[in-house]
Amino acid sequence: MTSELKARPASPSRGRRLGAFVFLSPGLTYLVVLLLVPLALVLSNTVFQRGRFGGVVYEFTTENFARLMDPLYLGVVGGSLRIAALTTAIALLIGYPTAYAIARLSPRWKTIALVAIVLPFWTNFIIRVYAWIILLSGPGLVNSGMAAIGLGPYELLYNQGAIVTGLLYSYLPLMVLPLYAAIERLDPQLREASANLGASPFTTFRKVTLPLTVPGVLSGCLFVFVPSFGNFVIPEILGGNKSIMVGNLIRDQFLKARDWPFGSTLALALIAVLLVLLMAQAWMARRA
Amino acid sequence: MRRSKLLFVPLWVTYVFLYLPIVVLVVMSFNAGESAYTYEGFSLKWYGELAADERIRNGLINTLVVAVGSTAIATVLGTLLAVGLARHSRSKALDALALMPAVLPDLVLAIGLLLFYGVIALTLGHYSVILSHALFSMAFVAAVVRTRLSGADTSLEEASRDLGAGHVVTFMKITLPQLAPGIVAGALLAFTLSLDEFVIAFFTIGNAEPTLPIVIYSMIRFGVTPKINALAAILLLVSFVAVIAGQRLTRIGEAQRAEG
Amino acid sequence: MSRIRFTRRLPAAVAVAGLALAVAACGGESSTSPEGTNAAAADDLKPNADLTKQSIQVTVWDGYLPEEFTKGAKEKLKVKDIKIALHATNEDAMAKLTASGDSGIDVAFVSGQYAQALNEQGLLEPIHPELIPNLANLYPEATQLSHDKGNKISVPYTWGTTGICYRTDLVKKKPTSWNDLLKPPAWADKKVTMMTTERWLALPALKALGYSVNTDKDEEIAKAKELLLAQKPHLLGYDDTTFGDKLKSGEAIMVEAWDGWCPTTDPKGNIAFEVPKEGSDLWVDTMVIMKSSKNKEAAHALINYILAPENHSWAAENINYKVPNKAAMERVKVAKGSLLGIKPDELLDGESIVDLGQASTKYTRLSTEVTAQS
Repeated sequence: MTSELKARPASPSRGRRLGAFVFLSPGLTYLVVLLLVPLALVLSNTVFQRGRFGGVVYEFTTENFARLMDPLYLGVVGGSLRIAALTTAIALLIGYPTAYAIARLSPRWKTIALVAIVLPFWTNFIIRVYAWIILLSGPGLVNSGMAAIGLGPYELLYNQGAIVTGLLYSYLPLMVLPLYAAIERLDPQLREASANLGASPFTTFRKVTLPLTVPGVLSGCLFVFVPSFGNFVIPEILGGNKSIMVGNLIRDQFLKARDWPFGSTLALALIAVLLVLLMAQAWMARRA
Repeated sequence: MRRSKLLFVPLWVTYVFLYLPIVVLVVMSFNAGESAYTYEGFSLKWYGELAADERIRNGLINTLVVAVGSTAIATVLGTLLAVGLARHSRSKALDALALMPAVLPDLVLAIGLLLFYGVIALTLGHYSVILSHALFSMAFVAAVVRTRLSGADTSLEEASRDLGAGHVVTFMKITLPQLAPGIVAGALLAFTLSLDEFVIAFFTIGNAEPTLPIVIYSMIRFGVTPKINALAAILLLVSFVAVIAGQRLTRIGEAQRAEG
Repeated sequence: MSRIRFTRRLPAAVAVAGLALAVAACGGESSTSPEGTNAAAADDLKPNADLTKQSIQVTVWDGYLPEEFTKGAKEKLKVKDIKIALHATNEDAMAKLTASGDSGIDVAFVSGQYAQALNEQGLLEPIHPELIPNLANLYPEATQLSHDKGNKISVPYTWGTTGICYRTDLVKKKPTSWNDLLKPPAWADKKVTMMTTERWLALPALKALGYSVNTDKDEEIAKAKELLLAQKPHLLGYDDTTFGDKLKSGEAIMVEAWDGWCPTTDPKGNIAFEVPKEGSDLWVDTMVIMKSSKNKEAAHALINYILAPENHSWAAENINYKVPNKAAMERVKVAKGSLLGIKPDELLDGESIVDLGQASTKYTRLSTEVTAQS
């Protein structure tokens, strides 16, 4: 290739280079200035000190990382992992059979069913969360319904269950879509072959369908886990401020405690967890 | 037969879960009473109050301003970036970089941008939200346009260059028209994402008049009001119409392509 | 076909990112907080400045100024424009005011301890009393508040105290002590809310234990934390903004509340407010002028306008908060059930919350510990 380049006159290569420059430089400049530089600022803040009344004092310290190891903050990170994992698991349990059922519909109904899955996503995110206050609160509809059949009232709102419900409601479509794409791509002949060879439907599912849809499962889990893990709006609206997730902690460091360096350190921890998950996903997808 | 019916039970469970809260919102938006919890008869009064609410109206205007501005930037930059990455680069690292704003948690983008605007001493306002929204929107536009590019026929572009047309001319005359549907789809996606975006706007808007999601957020923090139900019902209606119109448009587009 | 490999250019991108570090480090000196420096020298302000060239950006709590406020003030002051931004809490306001070099805000409404913190960061313009003749309308007590004696950097807008707001028809016994809230009896289990803003979250426990609300002693804060953690399983939630609604709907029957936001004037007449016997605080919401303001004369004129009795009385009549303005309070008719009757000297029994500088992080940690526990 290099010899070919040398052999050719310089101008097409320069033209090519010019083309690359014209197309790539505006977007890349934007990405460098508004993505890489801000991320570098977050990163660099982790080793600086908090100003007494907020802001950043540019003196080196490892204190932020020491604080991150504090059981208090590790506990919040762990709790957020648990809530996000629980949400993801339930989303998978509901999402898989749903995606499976959609994939078996006729083409016309498939489109309608998929649009119906995505449609709630189009109303405002915060309004969707708010709807659950009306459903779950003490005098709310679920409790009224329960009372009608002589049950309750239950404490449904302002706890972790309400947070998981809200996260699940907000991100379930993100689980169903990649799962559907994976299941849809399956060759129905594989299932038939398995059945013809005498495998029970369950065995077919376990040995054929499931392994082949692992990439879809992994993407779906990631799509639900990532926004759940870093969320701060849902814990605030549905959790009654009684439990906080790492997103709340980061928000509070920036907007309340005015401790930007520590807030940045927490954000770095968030990115680190997500990177580990991304790598795990890539690894598992390759094995599958 | 029994098995296939069982198959669709989870589907119905999912739809009930997804639509119950929405149905409740819509029904309660017609509530004559003050309470957010008990239905006391039909009335349109909350829609009247909604129309009279200046904060919501201004919020809507601000949201549209931000969405139009960020979509314009994101569409231009995202399209160029998609063509550049597909035709002029093989770098996996650059591909990853271009997708990063779409993959990173919004909170991380938000604080990074807040820190950055602080360092360059930019007074926050609608334009800082526009710049911020354009960042992640650009990633989505680039991704959508690239999907279209990968399916596009490159022979025309090559022919154009062989005939001596420069990159820019080829792009304007050949690539761009081929990409148009992808660009429109990307722009629409960018626009809707910006309309609904809360976290980044919340962090980077400063003292400017809030966008609609921020208005809704502060209203909810100050308690439940049936006015929000009315707003939800209207937004839902708009999305219904948009989705159906979108479906129709794609079908017409496909029909035209089939004819042509 | 050979293509230019941009992989080789990637180090360049990384280098640019590294530049950000340098930018940050250089910006360092200017944005380093001036530790402990008190208010910088006052600007020379001209009493006769041409206000028609100045416009004022205000940030204020939602509902804290009349809707027609801007119109009236603009006509009276003949300023170019007045714009109002809203914040939900002190913390939101602080985030706005400290986030970037020039917040673009001229006048901000924040509570006393936050005004103090802003001033210690060198962000406030000293108040020029000669530009605010209406300062004379204030109660003498309101010029000697501990967050800012002599109103050097802030002008009080409203003041009040914190107590227990409750449903008279749903409680089995009238609450009289902070312990009624901290250790709710069985009939109030899960029907109690506390405030989330850190200093007010700690207040009931500190007062119940007989400590100062401004304590920075670790062992006292630790004892308060124990009380708050033990209370948590019995709470409905932590709430700064909607406790009034929760009382009205009956979801909550006893809540920690600021006096003015306790809906005692609700037509059903079943909500009352009680300052617990262990005592409480005296909080003051103030108006401050930002150092970065380019419209300082107009900002002073605006504060002067607000202090006029006919304007300041609006707050007392409409948002149910007492105003520290003698001339204004004399105009106000006290409605049935209203808490406006509380006199300044009774208010002064409360302990003022002051900013604790570095020790304020102890309260941040306390509130995180309380909310993080599941």
